Amino acid sequence: MEIQLTLNGRPCAAEIRPDERLYDLVRAQGCASVKCGCETSNCGLCTVWLDGQPVLSCSVLAARANGRSVTTLEGLQAEAAEFGAFLADEGAEQCGFCSPGFVMTVLAMVRQLENPTEEEIQQYLAGNLCRCSGYQGQLRAIKKYLAAKAAQKKEEARP
Amino acid sequence: MKKYVSAPVRKRDAMALVTGQPVYTADIAPAGCLVVKLLRSPHASALIKNIRTDAAKRLPGIACVLTWQDVPAARFTQAGQTYPEASPYDRLILDQRIRCEGDPVAIVAGESEQAVDAALRLIKVEYEVLTPLLDFTQALDNPILVHPEEDFKALCDVGADNKRNLCASGVNQEGDVEAELAGCDIVIDQVYNTLANNQTMMETFRTFTRLDAFGRLEVTSSTQVPFHVRRILSNALEIPKSRIRVIKPRIGGGFGAKQSAVSEVFPAIVTLKTGRPAMIVYTRAESMTNGSPRHQMQMHVRLGADRQGNIRAIDLHTLSNAGAYGEHGPTTVGLTGHKSIPLYGAARAFRFAWDVVYTNTMSGGAYRGYGATQGIYAVETAVNELAARLGMDPIQLRLQNLVRQGQTMPAYYGELLQSCTLDQCLERAAEMIGWKEKYPARRLENGHIRSVGVAMAMQGSAISGVDVGGARIRLNDGGEYLLSIGATDMGTGCDTILAQMAADCLDCELERIAVHGVDTDTSPYDCGSYASSTTYLTGMAVVKACEELREKILAQGADMLGIDPDAARLDGEGVTSLADGRRVSLAEIGYASLSGRYGSLQAEVSHTSPVSPPPFMAGIAEIDLDPETGEVKMTDYAAVVDCGTVVNANLARVQTEGGIVQGIGMTLTENIQYTDKGRMMNNSLMQYKIPTRLDAGKIRVEFISSYEPTGPFGAKSIGELVINTPAPAITHAVYNATGLQFRSLPITPEQIALGLAHKEKA
Repeated sequence: MEIQLTLNGRPCAAEIRPDERLYDLVRAQGCASVKCGCETSNCGLCTVWLDGQPVLSCSVLAARANGRSVTTLEGLQAEAAEFGAFLADEGAEQCGFCSPGFVMTVLAMVRQLENPTEEEIQQYLAGNLCRCSGYQGQLRAIKKYLAAKAAQKKEEARP
Repeated sequence: MKKYVSAPVRKRDAMALVTGQPVYTADIAPAGCLVVKLLRSPHASALIKNIRTDAAKRLPGIACVLTWQDVPAARFTQAGQTYPEASPYDRLILDQRIRCEGDPVAIVAGESEQAVDAALRLIKVEYEVLTPLLDFTQALDNPILVHPEEDFKALCDVGADNKRNLCASGVNQEGDVEAELAGCDIVIDQVYNTLANNQTMMETFRTFTRLDAFGRLEVTSSTQVPFHVRRILSNALEIPKSRIRVIKPRIGGGFGAKQSAVSEVFPAIVTLKTGRPAMIVYTRAESMTNGSPRHQMQMHVRLGADRQGNIRAIDLHTLSNAGAYGEHGPTTVGLTGHKSIPLYGAARAFRFAWDVVYTNTMSGGAYRGYGATQGIYAVETAVNELAARLGMDPIQLRLQNLVRQGQTMPAYYGELLQSCTLDQCLERAAEMIGWKEKYPARRLENGHIRSVGVAMAMQGSAISGVDVGGARIRLNDGGEYLLSIGATDMGTGCDTILAQMAADCLDCELERIAVHGVDTDTSPYDCGSYASSTTYLTGMAVVKACEELREKILAQGADMLGIDPDAARLDGEGVTSLADGRRVSLAEIGYASLSGRYGSLQAEVSHTSPVSPPPFMAGIAEIDLDPETGEVKMTDYAAVVDCGTVVNANLARVQTEGGIVQGIGMTLTENIQYTDKGRMMNNSLMQYKIPTRLDAGKIRVEFISSYEPTGPFGAKSIGELVINTPAPAITHAVYNATGLQFRSLPITPEQIALGLAHKEKA
């Protein structure tokens, strides 16, 4: 079957199998940032946005993307680099295999939660597993990123 | 000049990783790779009576179907280890005998995943199902033999005897343990159990292979041991090593799992049979059931002391479950004693004996800590039990007995301890957590109990006299350097820290050092990244290579200036005449080195160490235990580490935090269970619970550096050490909260709640 979607801001037509996962579709479209870590919806590595909402692409049928907008890290390169620099400065990306899914979820959180508390951050990201970092450096990076963004906002608000 | 060693330098591949660039094995595989999958046995022990593949082979899009009749008959080991390899040659690519659930029965390769899946369903296998041997405590001399074959081969004397289900056995001792124990006022005599643990690196095992223009087999794989993979493939496929090239791209975590060649042989044999590029990507379930996890162990500890708390003798017997195959079986067991007993330098005698046995469960392998984790869990828990029996503060007991700098360690190959701040680490960790106020426990208003628990740990830095680190550094014609290494960065950051060392040795900006690794055709030989060897061993190779290169640059620069090298000085930018200040730049020297007058300016060093200096740490856990449900939440963890000089402050800290959280998972949730038929019940991340960020609690890390004279810039290792304290420290905290002494991992809420209920009844 053929579907039409918007992938990272561009119109995209794809021939898919009825049982094809969104994960397979975006990888086939060249979005190699999207990784699969578990096949059971537990790890968060395959996180992409469907109409701006983070979803696990291993557990969403590609057909569900028909007529909708899909975003991967390939479509958020500037923001990925901006937040990613904080992660890199903590050394908390380590092997980096979980980073794209993690960054996708962080960038969704930033859009959805205003001034999240530490507990809200941890809850929001609980579905993103990381086996290298022990999560502490990721949290430090998020806090510093949020602080930098808040400072930037304040600066911009100045007359 | 800016110095890089000890600075929190950003990992050089970090921005590529955090922005999701295609740098991992499956991202860079060529288009048109055949999809390779394995038909796996549902039985834990069986013989293949008959296997029919004709229907599968006829299916459109299927390139090849291979069974045990199609593969070489040469036994090999998947373990990536240096000569003389300790792990027995006990496995075939495909075998008629099935030794554990998931053992491969057929290899199928085809144009698409759908075609391959369809073909897998069409293969008809007739099994003679045998009774599996599942209980490793009953394995020795059991009538069921896991390896009855005549061509089983142990390459060196590790005490293997396949007719007794024995993968390895041995004993090591100093002094008269029995006499010392007989004279002790108190002897703790207990048995401790640990389960297998899965590394669960986020990137599962994966490899692609193709033939190059010269007909050589090119293997790109997510591996920690490219050079060992080359040998293993040569053994398994019976082709010369010279026909194989192994390339390591970015790696999505390893933790030891990828110190075994788990996935490489399958696409490799497909490429050899078909001439086509081929790729295998393990599912998470396959990585769980047929990976290379931590060995399940049972440790019998006898720990003797006098009434004043002076530890006199330690006797340890470790029984290790090799599982179906012997990868890393003979070697992991050694660390259970060699890296736990030496923590107590005051003991007068020790004995360490071990047996490693085969069973029809999944094969063990290398997992961060490599046996030390299990041994330290047992010995440190015994020490905490001793403190309780003595009524003594467990930190005081340790300070009274721990090993100190300048001591010789009889249980650690007789090595002299040249660098150690363990005593300070322990005191500082106690201070950080507030031990005096918090030990042993207090009850909160909500009925929960807050308690603390302590443990110490050590590890090694490379395998003494065995491991080899290699580095080659070249001055390029633009005045920049290329550092080639054979050590494998698997996310740990060795490509960065080795460049930091080179930059300091060469007095230059870090940006001037490009790092390349690993390609077995071009990289200098290195045994790979395992045994906590990279910083210590490959780091020293880098230091030596840089020193050699500096001399060569100075000599050529002086020659270009028409003076003697003694009359010239090399700084990070060029060579200067001491007499008149004339100078040639590094770019000029590099450019001139390409002429016939000079020749390429490079130095290559292969380094090995006669010692393996141990890093140390102290870890103190604070938990919040709910006596109603038995749930344990981590609240705080104070970790103080002596890894010698800290080469990269950020990466060392993150290593520590990550290791501790893996240890927390091992202690509280990671629970591999089998059915009575030998099928694993926890083969997904849904059932095998690794910690999420909600389970990790707060972790605080500090460093108290010693200076290791045999290490680069005084550095030792850190990668493995840091996983070793959570199991004994949390076990201790649970005891301090409840009075329940657990001696098996993991400690589940059910066990705690039931234990408390029983206690109340009594």
